Amino acid sequence: MPSRQPPTSLPSERFAVDVAVVGGGLVGSAIAWGALEAGATVALLDEGDVAHRASRGNFGQIWVQGKGEGHPPYARLTQRSATLWPEFSARLGVRTGIDVGFSQPGGLTLCLSEEELATRAAIASRLDAEGGSAGMAILDRDAVARMTPLPLGDSVRGASFCPADAHANPLALLRAFHLDIQAQGGAFIPHTSVEAVRAVRGGFAIATSAGEIVAGKVVVAAGLGSAGLAASLGLDMPVRPVRGQVMVTERAAPLGDFLFTGLRQTREGSLMIGGTQEEVGFDDGTANVAMRTMSRRAVASFPDIARLDVVRCWGALRIMTPDGRPIYQQSRRYPGAFAATCHSGVTLAAAHALVVAPSIVAGDLPHELATFSADRFHVQAA
Amino acid sequence: MFKRLERGGPTVRFRFEDEEIEAVEGESVAAALLAAGIDTFRTSPLGPARAPYCMIGMCFDCLVSIDGVENRRACQVAVAPGLSVRRQSGARRVG
Ligand SMILES: Cc1cc2nc3c(=O)[nH]c(=O)nc-3n(C[C@H](O)[C@H](O)[C@H](O)COP(=O)(O)OP(=O)(O)OC[C@H]3O[C@@H](n4cnc5c(N)ncnc54)[C@H](O)[C@@H]3O)c2cc1C
Ligand code: FES
Repeated sequence: MPSRQPPTSLPSERFAVDVAVVGGGLVGSAIAWGALEAGATVALLDEGDVAHRASRGNFGQIWVQGKGEGHPPYARLTQRSATLWPEFSARLGVRTGIDVGFSQPGGLTLCLSEEELATRAAIASRLDAEGGSAGMAILDRDAVARMTPLPLGDSVRGASFCPADAHANPLALLRAFHLDIQAQGGAFIPHTSVEAVRAVRGGFAIATSAGEIVAGKVVVAAGLGSAGLAASLGLDMPVRPVRGQVMVTERAAPLGDFLFTGLRQTREGSLMIGGTQEEVGFDDGTANVAMRTMSRRAVASFPDIARLDVVRCWGALRIMTPDGRPIYQQSRRYPGAFAATCHSGVTLAAAHALVVAPSIVAGDLPHELATFSADRFHVQAA
Repeated sequence: MFKRLERGGPTVRFRFEDEEIEAVEGESVAAALLAAGIDTFRTSPLGPARAPYCMIGMCFDCLVSIDGVENRRACQVAVAPGLSVRRQSGARRVG
């Protein structure tokens, strides 16, 4: 495993790279890593714990089922990412010696009423009609019982299943990105805030708390810290925080590889229960009401879970666009400046590294990505 | 191995595996087991034998099964007459 220490100051006074990425969360790191793979020289700048950092508080699922309803390009990008994940995580693992814990058992969304089951069935058939649901299927209670490791609660009516759903350890993934970026000769510059970016001849001058960097291209992937920097580059990143709360139980013996909406067992044995969607601004705390709702649903699904103690819980802020779909865009006013954000940075990590990053290096987003431009939020664009 | 600093007070009997253990009222299950010369409380999920380390509830190395409930910290449970304590092997089971 490479043991290089991250630099705490810039490598040189007038440091120049092909691509500078602002934001060292999962989105920025995947793009920086992918840009290096595509042959560019890269600097990845990350502010630190003063920022909100979804990449350090998420659920770790590569979740395909139900994504992209009403927007086939998003469904296709999500499905493509899940297809790229096995090869991508293996490459990272071999290079860094870090097992990011990828496994793809397929995912189940349990339904606790006939209405819920009907809603899932409708989503699956709409996706199929629009171009593909990645094999999303509706299962009755008996079929679900045969697939699950614990006895089902009485109210479980059935589930939707998608064989493409997978999970990984998102903290190991982030660490592997950061290590491999350095091992491949990229500059990972943590604890460094980007204060301003201005266009200069041939690229951009990036003012940071540690000095200036010059870059041919700049990518704004600073999560909830993106909007201001983006605006100064003629880009629009209208993101808002949506809180999610997660509970973690004590470690338990392995239940077998399985995955549910809002419930998974980590390699280490903890059960993660989660995923509220709350509009509470920048409050990333926890609330008993949400914990109660989440644990009630988990116990209604699998009554045995009630025996486990909860050892940790936290809240973290998702980065949400007005329609929930990603934004990838090149600035018209300042070509070479790009915006990248999404609300499923684990799921899309492989696509960010292997699809989005190479097109940024090439300086041109293909049509399949250009459709994610923030122009969609403006009536004038229609 | 371990000796009580002082003896005295009413005694309490409980079971550890198939042994009867005599303890002093008010002490923890971990203290009573250590005083009885027991040094393997559990085996970790990776295999090795474990015993209490901190005795203040922080390290979770003293996990045992008490009255059928696994993953209980022996240093945080007071002895009581008739408790049934067992070694825990590996991670606790959910089902
Ligand atoms: C509770 C919860 C559960 C989730 N579950 C899943 C899931 O199961 N699957 C999934 O795919 N996604 C999930 N997500 C979403 C996922 O975590 C995010 O999509 C992803 O982490 C976003 O990554 P990011 O890099 O855009 O943002 P962040 O992780 O927020 O990173 C942004 C980075 O930018 C840096 N930054 C900000 N401003 C500046 C500046 N001016 N200069 C330099 N650096 C700056 C910050 O330090 C930060 O590290 C979940 C999110 C939450 C909150
Ligand atoms: S001995 Fe450390 S928690 Fe019990």
